[in-house]
Amino acid sequence: MRELTYTAATREALAEEMARDATIFVVGEGIGPRGGNFATTVGLYEQYGPMRLRDTPISERGFVGLCCGAAMTGARPVVDFMFLDFILDAVGELFNQVAKVQYMSNGRLKMPLVLRGCIGIGNSAATHHSGSYYPIFAHIPGFRVAVPSTPYDAKGLFKAAIRSDDPVLFLEHRSLLATKGHVPEQEYVLPFGQAAVVRSGKDLTVVAIASMVRKTLNAAEQLAGDGISVEVIDPRTIAPLDMETILQSLHKTGRLLIVDETFAPCGIGAEIAAQAMDRAFDDLDAPVKRLNGAHTPTPYSPPLEAAVVPNAESIAQAMRDLLAE
Amino acid sequence: MTIATTRATHDRLEPDAAGYLALYRQMLIIRRCEEQLVRLYQAGLVHGACHTYIGEEAVATGVCAHLTQDDAVFSTHRGHGHALAKGVTPRELIAELLGRVTGCSRGRGGSMHLFAPEVGMMGTSGIVGPCILQAAGAGYTFKLLGKPQVGVAFFGDGAVNNGAFHEGLNMASIWKLPAVFVCENNLYATEIAFSYAAGNPSVAARAEAYGIPGVCVDGNDVLAVYAAAGEAIHRAREGDGPTLIECRTYRTRPHSEGMRDAGYRTQEEIEAWKARDPITQFSAKLLADNPAGDAAIARIEAEVKAMMDDAVEFAKNSPFPDPATATDHIFSNHA
Repeated sequence: MRELTYTAATREALAEEMARDATIFVVGEGIGPRGGNFATTVGLYEQYGPMRLRDTPISERGFVGLCCGAAMTGARPVVDFMFLDFILDAVGELFNQVAKVQYMSNGRLKMPLVLRGCIGIGNSAATHHSGSYYPIFAHIPGFRVAVPSTPYDAKGLFKAAIRSDDPVLFLEHRSLLATKGHVPEQEYVLPFGQAAVVRSGKDLTVVAIASMVRKTLNAAEQLAGDGISVEVIDPRTIAPLDMETILQSLHKTGRLLIVDETFAPCGIGAEIAAQAMDRAFDDLDAPVKRLNGAHTPTPYSPPLEAAVVPNAESIAQAMRDLLAE
Repeated sequence: MTIATTRATHDRLEPDAAGYLALYRQMLIIRRCEEQLVRLYQAGLVHGACHTYIGEEAVATGVCAHLTQDDAVFSTHRGHGHALAKGVTPRELIAELLGRVTGCSRGRGGSMHLFAPEVGMMGTSGIVGPCILQAAGAGYTFKLLGKPQVGVAFFGDGAVNNGAFHEGLNMASIWKLPAVFVCENNLYATEIAFSYAAGNPSVAARAEAYGIPGVCVDGNDVLAVYAAAGEAIHRAREGDGPTLIECRTYRTRPHSEGMRDAGYRTQEEIEAWKARDPITQFSAKLLADNPAGDAAIARIEAEVKAMMDDAVEFAKNSPFPDPATATDHIFSNHA
């Protein structure tokens, strides 16, 4: 069984797609000969040259707007932001142009644009290299948002992102990039909007996103020692969001916890909770609970940084608290 | 009624005789269509904003005369003229402002969001600046795919103080993209004078900062625009990279219909520019050059009048979109 790192899996997906479709090009800072700050494009510049591996000036708004025009005219751009924090310079182009072109043209224009970047808190990266921000994009009509947590999912969803005619945010949590997992050699593509039940259980449903999936599995293992059976669901994409899988699990367990590193207010957990109450009120044996990263800019010093992110212990505690409701 | 847009074969700097008449006809189509839209606005039939292009017709006409439907135009909130010059019919434009399903954006856009990719009108925007980046992006596609097309952006003087101008022109320069950036400097960004908003009174001079050619022309002289655009588009198609063209022009109506038009410019200034009307000036030249021009002009006048009567009738008689379609096409696989 072949194992690849998360980054090697997306790199293989990109290489495969670039080989089969000459309209794909990548833009970003240091994605040419350097091969990407996170090694996302290593080896591709030598193969495809500067038109398809385009190093950019530090002009995030500019190259996102440029890629919008390129996508409208028959190319399939992949924007590599390095750190997703840098996307914020381009939000006007994304919200007002990229997300709206298909609708405003009544479906006569497509927007095959991938926006990838490293998200998440860790390594004392501090507040301009730690953001995730995905709930904001899920709020806007017109975006698809993928947050894979394993190398297998990352490869399959990245290929789907590149083949999609919609703008896709493909977000890679820093703590996952070097993790290894099974990635088959034969080609596969994973659909958006299909959650994975990554651990089966009967007492409690936990929806965990991106880096929280592993931490939640660790916490679930702790609780298993006490005879508590936790079901863990990884949505894999939050737009579209597979509520059906979540509601099926809730029907079985009666209790729902959402664990997410991003902010709680107006977040993806709030959306899942609202939908659960709206569509499955009779299944609930306890209030829906959320465990989020602190609603704060991200601090630098290790003890401060650790204090703003859920960990296996706080997740385990949140599970026990919910079971005690 | 279909419109056979006349695109004469011609030298890139100087149109032939048929080309002269084609330029006149195109400017007149824009003018008469805008006049219809003003009336329709005043009659309460235009539901939202209406930014007219009256006074600036020579710019869109002189540039688009060099383009085919495969070239990509991106424009701004004052985009009616660009859409018409690129091949959107008056029927589709008027119907769009009347909110009808037969409009070029099927009633989703109105005055500021005109989409007709079938003729290379890739969109106008209510935000100034993005069109510059998108035109560069179209140029990127054409270069990547080895196509001879160009991307063209039309924008006002307001947009050149926006970061998109800086980032877009710089990227187009370093990657030698087949793009043309056409600034319609009409002296005011809504009511803020360019002389106030910019430390350097020349837009064209900024080109040097990006290492690309910059030219400034009389934007009310369609032949001057035609020549400058012909050269720029030729350069772009030849792989020699982008050009910035500053066209000095003027809108003789308010920023948007229904808005006040006082306090920031004088009546004398407006009258002085009206005296330099691009269509009147050009028809005088046509007549001076061609004693038989009278008949040709009269014929075009009659044709354009009939075209507008038809377009207004068509738009008024067109249905509104079905409310059940209000959330269609947010994504590519959606109905």
